[in-house]
Amino acid sequence: MGSRASTLLREEEIEEIKKETGFSHSQITRLYSRFTSLDKGENGTLSREDFQRIPELAINPLGDRIINAFFPEGEDQVNFRGFMQTLAHFRPIEDNEKSKNPTASEPLNSRTNKLLFAFRLYDLDRDDKISRDELLQVLRMMVGVNISDEQLGSIADRTIQEADTNGDNSISFNEFIKVLEKVDVEQKMSIRFLH
Amino acid sequence: MEDFWAGAFWALKIWLYLIISLIMVPAMFGFSLGISETYMTILVKTLEWATLKIQRAHADEQTLKASSSNGLIQREDGSMEKELEELRRSRPKPPVGGDFTLSDCFYFSRRGIESIVEDEVTQRFTSEELVSWNLLTRTNNYFHYISLRLTLVYGLGIFVRYCILAPLRITLACIGLSWLVMGTSAVGLLPNWRIKSWLSEWVHVICYRICARGLSAAIRYHNRENKPKKGGICVANHTSPIDIVILCNDGGYAMVGQVHGGLMGVIQRAMVRSCPHIWFERAEMRDRHLVTKRLTDHVNDKTKLPILIFPEGTCVNNTSVMMFKKGSFEIGATIYPVAIKYDPKFGDAFWNSSKYSMVNYLLRMMTSWALVCNVWYLPAMHQQEGEDAVQFANRVKSAIAHQGGLIDLQWDGGLKRAKVKETFKEQEQKKYSSMVVGDDSSSNSDG
Repeated sequence: MGSRASTLLREEEIEEIKKETGFSHSQITRLYSRFTSLDKGENGTLSREDFQRIPELAINPLGDRIINAFFPEGEDQVNFRGFMQTLAHFRPIEDNEKSKNPTASEPLNSRTNKLLFAFRLYDLDRDDKISRDELLQVLRMMVGVNISDEQLGSIADRTIQEADTNGDNSISFNEFIKVLEKVDVEQKMSIRFLH
Repeated sequence: MEDFWAGAFWALKIWLYLIISLIMVPAMFGFSLGISETYMTILVKTLEWATLKIQRAHADEQTLKASSSNGLIQREDGSMEKELEELRRSRPKPPVGGDFTLSDCFYFSRRGIESIVEDEVTQRFTSEELVSWNLLTRTNNYFHYISLRLTLVYGLGIFVRYCILAPLRITLACIGLSWLVMGTSAVGLLPNWRIKSWLSEWVHVICYRICARGLSAAIRYHNRENKPKKGGICVANHTSPIDIVILCNDGGYAMVGQVHGGLMGVIQRAMVRSCPHIWFERAEMRDRHLVTKRLTDHVNDKTKLPILIFPEGTCVNNTSVMMFKKGSFEIGATIYPVAIKYDPKFGDAFWNSSKYSMVNYLLRMMTSWALVCNVWYLPAMHQQEGEDAVQFANRVKSAIAHQGGLIDLQWDGGLKRAKVKETFKEQEQKKYSSMVVGDDSSSNSDG
């Protein structure tokens, strides 16, 4: 028989993921189908190699950092729940969500959480600070061999100088948010899901 | 007990006579009794009825039928330059040093996540997803129980396919293949008179026609005036080994390929006795010069049949055409492009070689409804002045993709098994670097 995608995912799980991430029922089943097609080992989890097999991701300069965002600290496998939670960051923000009950926990695709995703791309050691070294390393990933160390260093210095307000020579999450307050994060960090 | 065996033997004889008279003889002489046409009409009507029933049941999901693409996300098609410009609009450009902002990573993260959800390449190596169920067990992904009648038809379909059609088709395939081996060997014994090549073509075509009946193939050929001629190379998009049967139903071709052992080897050796084909040993295939030389020699001999080559080098799922390897385009021969498009409603022709073995695949083909495909012969193409082999290959590929309604991709079909080359990543990095420090060489050029 062909892929039994929808039968392996129980209705209760779909409901939970729906509440957590805001994806619709059909989106969740289709994403589960995608998850299983990437899972070559067929053990219900994805490893880093499974992601690397996507050619368009392998040639993305920040590919490794994006893949890393799926894996919690110290783990090498991500299950479907984790997969959906990370993807949920890229759901577009709908108007009716803005007027939600303020005491409810923030949805995964809020502006702050989208910025947090980007922040974590830079924050290599997950200490909630972007140091000069970390910024240099990520810059190096993005430009490859095409820019000299000195020039890259001065770019990093200038970026930190502009963002750093408390003088600790690194960028905290709040400083990160402040620097990017004029950027249209909602649109640039969202993907239009169909159905 | 003996009566039982006598009765079974008698039934078997009747069965064989029926097959020979109703299927083989028409196949040999190229006319049709109309049995398969009636079958196809009934089949089409049944599938349409089933589709309607499913659509009515899933009325709330009508919107997904309306979307022209079956995709999961809508991609932004902006280039890197355009997207990064928009991201940087909120800050003035710094006078010296590099133009970098922390928001540059947004572009890469979004592209990365888009490719994780849906990418152009990995989906080409699995069977095409159908918009509506076609009553085959194997494509039943999202469709649940709808009505008793539908389930009955589905059950009847299973019975018809597995108990009636499959044994019939297997018998035909066996007859076809043994005929090929015996016929070509017999022709090979003749001395090299002109009648030998005519006989050899006739034997080949009969065998392929029988095999086509063995798969319930309904093939429509378009633009037959463009059919490949001797001394040329015929290139086509590749979906499965059955492509050979489809194309050879309408004429003789010389095959190119690796020497296999076992049953394939027997067939290969038999075929080569009656007319020249090009079989390579595994080690020889790596020697590019040797391959080119043998192809050139064959092409230059105007009495030999056109060579049939699949430049993608691997089976792809018939929704797109992937990169053509440039080897066959360097020889300087006339290229006859052919586009093959299967109709997925009746059966999935794609051979996923990492998932199914050849035998498994053939059995799946024989238990599908039918094999419906369109073949378009495109006008011959030559390499133009100042065009190198890669550009020529891309030009032919676009023509085939356009005619067959397939997507034209630049990605290499070899990505099915191999990793993508680092050079592509380096290209992306270079592009981004030029957006950060600006392109020094372009500051002098004025158009």
